[in-house]
Order: sequence, then C-alpha cells, then structure tokens
Amino acid sequence: MSQRANSYSDTVVSTPVQATTTKELTTTTTTKIRTRPWTASIILIGGLIALPLGMAISICFGAANIEFATVWNAIFHFDPNVSQHHVIQDVRLPRILGAAMIGACFAVAGAMMQGMTRNPLADSGLLGLNAGAAFMLAVCFAFLPSLPYMYLILFSFIGAGIAVGIVYGIGSMAKGGLTPVRLVLAGSALTALLSAASEGIALQFGIGQDLAFWYAGGVSGTDWNHLKMLFPWVCAALIGAIMLSRSITILSLGEDVAKGLGHHVRTIRALGMLIVLILAGTAVSVVGAVGFVGLIVPHLTRYLVGVDYRWIIPCSAVIGSLLVVFADLAARMIHPPHETPVGALIALIGVPFFLYLARKERRGM
Amino acid sequence: MNQAYFEIADQLKRRRYRTVMAVLAISIVVLFIISMNTGHIRLSPLELLRTAVGSGTDRQELILFEFRLPRMVMSILIGAGLAVAGTIMQAVTRNALADPGIMGINAGAGLAVMLFISFYETNSQASIFILPLVAWGGAGIAAALVFLLSMKRHQNLSPTRLLLTGVAVAAGISSAMIVLTLKLNPDNYQFVATWLAGSMKHTTWNYVLALVPFIVVIMPYVCYKSRMLNVLNLGEQTATGLGAHVSKQQIVMLAASVGLAGTCVAVSGSIGFVGLIGPHLARRLIGPKHQFLLPTAAAAGALLVIAADTISRSFSTDVPTGIVVAIIGAPYFLYLLAKSKS
Repeated sequence: MSQRANSYSDTVVSTPVQATTTKELTTTTTTKIRTRPWTASIILIGGLIALPLGMAISICFGAANIEFATVWNAIFHFDPNVSQHHVIQDVRLPRILGAAMIGACFAVAGAMMQGMTRNPLADSGLLGLNAGAAFMLAVCFAFLPSLPYMYLILFSFIGAGIAVGIVYGIGSMAKGGLTPVRLVLAGSALTALLSAASEGIALQFGIGQDLAFWYAGGVSGTDWNHLKMLFPWVCAALIGAIMLSRSITILSLGEDVAKGLGHHVRTIRALGMLIVLILAGTAVSVVGAVGFVGLIVPHLTRYLVGVDYRWIIPCSAVIGSLLVVFADLAARMIHPPHETPVGALIALIGVPFFLYLARKERRGM
Repeated sequence: MNQAYFEIADQLKRRRYRTVMAVLAISIVVLFIISMNTGHIRLSPLELLRTAVGSGTDRQELILFEFRLPRMVMSILIGAGLAVAGTIMQAVTRNALADPGIMGINAGAGLAVMLFISFYETNSQASIFILPLVAWGGAGIAAALVFLLSMKRHQNLSPTRLLLTGVAVAAGISSAMIVLTLKLNPDNYQFVATWLAGSMKHTTWNYVLALVPFIVVIMPYVCYKSRMLNVLNLGEQTATGLGAHVSKQQIVMLAASVGLAGTCVAVSGSIGFVGLIGPHLARRLIGPKHQFLLPTAAAAGALLVIAADTISRSFSTDVPTGIVVAIIGAPYFLYLLAKSKS
C-alpha cells in the first residue's frame, strides 16, 4: 500500500514545465484515494472542543490577566459597571473571534487553491490577492493618509478583488482556457508587478515602515463592526467551500479525469476562485498577508487525514482557527505589553514543522 | 520519411534560433547605446563618441567610465546570470514557478544585509565593499540550509521536497526580517528597502570584476551540460532510464544555479523577477530545448535588465532597477500568457 501511495504522490505532486501529465494520469485513476475518515472526525470534534477552550484561555491572558469567572460573566452576564467586562467585550472578544475567523479563511482558501491548481506551493497569495490588497493599502497610505480603518479594509478588499479578476481574466483569455500552470504563472507575474509598484510607492513616499507596522498589528484592530460586516460573507463562503469540496477532490485528480467523470471543470474552478476571493480577500484585508497559514495548514491536514477534500476543507478550517488563535495569544504573551507581529510568529512556529512535513513528503495533491 | 521530417524541423528550429538571437543581440546593442546617453546629465552622441575614444573632458569621462558603463555592463551580466540560474532551477525542479529565490538566496542575502545594517553604520565607505560580501555569505548559507534540510540519506533529491523546504526557509527568514524591520530606524530602513528592491546605484567596476569570474566559468559549463537539463526535465524515472546519474547531476546543476544567482543578488540586491520571467520568455520564443533555451534566456534576461536600468536612470529620482524590471517585465509576460496557445 505504501509503495502505491508513493508512486501516486510522485506522479501527481509536481507540475511539470511541459505538460506530460496525460500519460501519468491514467495511472492515477487506478489508484485508490488515500483517506482517513476516523482521524478526520477526531480532528473535527477535538478541534471544535479545543477552539472555544483556546479562545477562553486567550481572553484570560493578555496585558492584564483576567480570571476565568470574570470572562464567563462578561460574556453571559455583562455588567456595564465593571471595567474588565468592557475590556473583554470590546477589545479581547472581537479580537479572538477575528483571529479564529481569519485562520479558517486562510486555511480553507489555501486548501482550495492547492486542490484546484494541483501545485503544492499554491496558496491564496498566488491569485495576486495579497499583492493586490497590499498595493491598494500602499496607495491609500500614500495618497489618502487620513482614511478611517473601515475604508482601509474595504479598499484592500477591492484591491484583492481586482487582482484576482485580472489573473483569472488573463488566464482564461488564452486559447485552451484556464490551466493550472497558466493560472499560477499569471498570478505570480501580477504579484511581482503589484509588489514592485507598492514597493516603489513605499520608497517614494517613505511609508514602507508604516505599512510594515500596519501588517504587524495583526488582528489587534478588529472590533464588532468589522466582525458584523465580515461574518456573513465568511460563513457563506465556508459553507460554499464545503459544498464544493467533492468537486475539488475530483479536480485534484487532474482536469482530464474530472472532465471524464462529467464535471464542469470551468464552473467548478470559477466558483472555487470566487470562494477563495471572499475568504482570503477578507482575511488579507483585515490582517495583511499572514499567508503562511494558507500554505502550511492544508499540508498538515492532508498529512493527517489523507487526500479527500471533503475532509481536508473542514479540518483545515478548524486547524487554521486554532493556529491563529494560539499564535495571537503567544504574540501578546512574549513580552507584554508589546506585541510580536503575529505573521512572523506563525512563520516561526510553522517553518520547523513544515520542514518536518516536507521531509516526510508522502502526500498527493 | 520520418527522418527527413525531423531534419527539416530541426533546421527550421535552428533558423528560428538564429533569428531570435540576432534580434535580441541587436536590441541589446541599441539599448546599450541609448543607455549610455541616458541619465541625470545628458551627453550628446558626438560628446559620447569623443569621450569613448578618450578625448572628452574629465567630467564626461568620469560620468561615462565610472558611473554609467559599470552599471550597464553589470545589468547585462546580472540579467543573463539570473535568467540562466532560473532556467536551471525550472528544469531541475520541473516546476514552472521555480526561480533562484526558491533556494532561499534572496531571503538569505536580505537578512544578512539587514542584520549588518542594524549593527553598523550605513553610509561609511567600507560598507560599500563589505555589503556584497555579507549578502553573498547570507545567500550561500540560506541555500546550503535549504539543500541540507531537503536531503535525505539513501534517497534521491526530490524536487517537491526541495521546493517546499525552500519556501519554508524563505518564509522563516522573511518573518525574522519583519521583526527586524520594526526595530530599524527610518534612515536605515530606507537604505535596506532600496537595497532589497534591487538598486544598482552603487555599482563600481569592482562589483563587475567580482561577478565576471562566476559568469565566465559557470555559464559555458551550464550550456555545455544543456542536454543533461533536457534529460532531467523529463522526470527522475525517465532520466534514470536514459542513463543519467540523476542525483549527482541535479546537485551539480543546483550548485551552478546558486553560484550564479547568489553572486548576482549579492552585487545588485534582489532583482528576483528576471530569474522567473527570463526562462519563460525564452521558452515562448524558442521552445523547451535547453541548448537553445539557455542562450536565449540569457539574452532575454540581459535585455530586460538593461532596459529596466535605462528607464530607472531616466527618472530624476533613482527608482530601484528591480522595481522597473517587474513593472515592465510583468505586463509583457501577462500579455504573452493571454495570447498563448495551450
């Protein structure tokens, strides 16, 4: 079995520069999909229990530690006269919820991208999302410096959306339609273009460090208004992702297989992109490119539960949430009252782990 | 009959290759001449000619020989070097997204420079000499780290593992850089940011001299091995079947790529995009055979960087060359993608 699994991952993982896949695909169709529903269920249930727990712990600790009972009361028996209740309700709770939401967004978007493009390096950043959002932010910082926070988020999202639109448009304009390789290439070219442009703006106006500070802030600026605005979209997109997961599993076997099985590859891909845009666009515009979550969590999940996206997507959401919640906690704990940039922290935790996974390298896409 | 068909196809290919190379070479020469004339202080063509044969004023000679020529020669060398390094990476990893940066080169060099800047003075004369060395060291260490972490005993090098390791190491280094960024004072930050964006402002002949040996040794060697790259690009199993010592060849090729790209990045800052786009442009022009692809990629990369450098100098404020490379290179690349057949 392990021998077969190995040959499977060898044929599917890499995206060759020249398309030689048709021949290889015939071998993949005969291979059984490696999946572990039991592990996946345990992760889902365990994760859903651990998540509120983690959030509670995260609310307790911070610049000022608060007792658990106070936290409980603040959430369920809110007393406007107690100042700690205000800290919890107005500062910590929205921040933690934001962290959990963003983790799920990045992780699911990354998983979908890896499934759809069949490239192990893919994450939502590949669609030009991060660069588009960062570019708009640089433009806002340079030309409209007094813009309120809410509008910054909005503009970032618009930037992300435009970038995805361009990448998708250019990818599909070519004869032969949107292939994964073309998508990925268009994405990285546009990313290079937009980051060069924002770098240029940053250098010209001397706002590079301000931008870095904005990104380093992570989820600290989240309040209830943002959550109310973003929550319905994120929820809808997550449900959409789960509904689409079956098709993504089939798409991850290769376009030819998917077509052969009677799936509308273009429709699936367009829907998938839309969902990725909503999820990652929201997340990027709120916290900036904490992109490593989107890269690492799907790999971890695939390592744990196998290659079936019906399990990968929900499990990624849970694991992603947990990761960002705990990273945010750690970011506040390392040397209070200063905060360590949460993106840097996630990368620091994630890198050794990712290296370990890369060494094991046993996964298919 | 089949034989005849292949011969004709081969001849057509060679003719196309000659045409493409001729066009690229002429464009480089034309740009070179335009580039000599571009900059803060304009020199008329007559003045240029006079200066070039040695009868210009001291000021004109200084501008031409000490400021402009090293930069231009440097752009050509860097463009060619990075594009070839990128072609090698894409062939060895069989991934269209691979570029020398995937070995952690840019990130390693960037972190080394940032560390250096945060401990020492930026504007001292010494730093101009030490900086490339520091960057070179950083690039080398990062590449070695990626390589060691992705090796496994008794196993061949797996391209996927290499790519994933490279991404992970680069991400780790970048996050360390974010933390450092927040601690730098604004002046130093501006210096580092300019360096990272790939500015060739400080180029001197010394930099060019440091780069030349690498280019002269590694590039011909890689071209000599171009058939091996063709074989490696077919995948490990096929390559082994064709009698290649895959593991050894991969390592040699990677080392060549790192040597080229690391040195380029050390002297110029990270002009990373050339390594990604150069090979793709060349592939669209001439196809996937590496004996044609490598020289075409080198020429395309050189053209791109010297064009970018000329443009960057024609602005009154010095826009880093790396930024211009991306801004002119990416749209053209996107255009090629949009009109390409599958």
